[in-house]
Amino acid sequence: MKRLLKIYLEKPELAGLVLLIVLVIIFQVKSGGVFLSLQNLQGILGLLPETGLVAIGVTILMICGEFDLSVGSVFALMPMTMAVIMTFGVPFLPAVLAGFLVCIAIGLINGYVTLKFNIPSFITTLGMLFIARSLTVVISGGFPPLLSTDIPTWLFTAYVGPGDLFRMSFVWFVAVAILAGYLLGRTNFGNWIAAVGGFREAAAATGVSVNSVKMICFVLSAVLAGFAGMIQVMRLGSPLPSIGDGLELEAVAAAVIGGTALTGGIGTVFGGIIGAVLIRIIDNGLVLSQVDANWFKFAVGFLTIFAVVANTWLRARARKIKLEVSA
Amino acid sequence: MTTPIVSCRGIEKWYSGVHALKQVSIDIRGGEAVGLVGDNGAGKSTLINILSGVAMADDGEIFFEGAKARITCPRDAMKLGIETIYQYNSMVPCMSIARNLFISREPLKFRIGRFGVIDIKKMREESMQAIANVDLHLRTPDALVGELSGGQRQGVAIARAMYFKSKLMILDEPTNHLSVKETNKVLGFVQSLRKQGITSIFISHNIPHVFACCDRIVAMARGEIVLDKPVGETSMDEILEVL
Repeated sequence: MKRLLKIYLEKPELAGLVLLIVLVIIFQVKSGGVFLSLQNLQGILGLLPETGLVAIGVTILMICGEFDLSVGSVFALMPMTMAVIMTFGVPFLPAVLAGFLVCIAIGLINGYVTLKFNIPSFITTLGMLFIARSLTVVISGGFPPLLSTDIPTWLFTAYVGPGDLFRMSFVWFVAVAILAGYLLGRTNFGNWIAAVGGFREAAAATGVSVNSVKMICFVLSAVLAGFAGMIQVMRLGSPLPSIGDGLELEAVAAAVIGGTALTGGIGTVFGGIIGAVLIRIIDNGLVLSQVDANWFKFAVGFLTIFAVVANTWLRARARKIKLEVSA
Repeated sequence: MTTPIVSCRGIEKWYSGVHALKQVSIDIRGGEAVGLVGDNGAGKSTLINILSGVAMADDGEIFFEGAKARITCPRDAMKLGIETIYQYNSMVPCMSIARNLFISREPLKFRIGRFGVIDIKKMREESMQAIANVDLHLRTPDALVGELSGGQRQGVAIARAMYFKSKLMILDEPTNHLSVKETNKVLGFVQSLRKQGITSIFISHNIPHVFACCDRIVAMARGEIVLDKPVGETSMDEILEVL
């Protein structure tokens, strides 16, 4: 029993999960049952993939011990690159590919500068936040291009599932989430990510090439941010240069609410997703409960601090439960 | 005499103007337990870092089992069968025992290149077996290393080295920061290595510890080897004098 409790308390995503359930109940009651209605869930699940995909990338990178503040700008730059290239008559697929190449390049630059010059990734990616945003505005030429109507937007926006509950973007999101969860928990590369973030020296001494692992995580974070941005643009129909503004901090908040440690090593993909779901639910639930929507950021901020405090407390509690490790 | 497991010939190392190793040559033969002693800055750690791939020598040659070896990173050393156990940094505290044991050498169900899916069941079973083999009995391979005592951690590190059939085990101050009881436990691990015929280099400040579990003592001072004798032919006083 003690053992179960201990295992339970040590789950980093536990605090976030409890908060999620509590909030769902509160919003359901406050909104008079509208919150969990099909139509409202449809709205939440339609927006979730965009925050969720970014949060997955940021969570993995944070577990690896690094930070990415440039995801919000990459979120805008990728679809803008794609749309601008398409205005020159380039077909959809090569344009998407070009967009992803830009993301890969940004991930590589973030990683290279951070690791080569041994500076905090906080600084590198803060710089990249401004650079990528500026590039987005510059290549748009001030007039965001309209997406042509013959591209397969249905691949990301069409409603599917029972009662048209979710959009195709949700299917993509679930697929990426399962893959990312599997990568982190079940593959040797996932083991290296946790080792590198948990204790860099030990990982290096046991033969993990620390820099390559971090590099791949930087690229992964940028690519997922770009993919999420592309999905949003498909939904909106036009790549606005301002999309994704502030998303980087929302993604960090999601990761932290989900139990990811800022110091690296601790966290799960599932936790990051719980964090993202929480943020979307607060956004929606506040409106339904007829609370002034300007309280949204207050709530996210409060929740971030609360989740970290709760997680720290839970971890300390778990440690206090003395279990004889020796048989 | 048999070919030594490791021979170092004329190893030189400079650290930004400091001559850390001056023409160091040493042979370690199979089954030997060598105690490497010396004051801080004597060059012990530098020599060990070169053998374990953490640093590279500026000059000199290393032969492993008679063949010239090029050790440029920890992976190279591990491939040769050189395992190093450090005073703190051989384990990731927030990871489980099983995961720690197999970092970078995970048992895989299938692989594409260097990447693959971990065989979790095998990893858990083998890690329990590995720690039982060094006489360390833990209830679950899923416990976090951070929850173990310092001595238990070193036990797990030694179990890892044994599991991967190391030919040469380097223990870099494994008893630092441990309580007396824990220290004795670790010394017990080291003595059992000798019984099993595993070649080891044991580095310590603590000369009685070295005498308790080694066959041969090598003392270093100012980047040079100043004494190299079997335990029976030297005394603690003599060692203290040359340091």
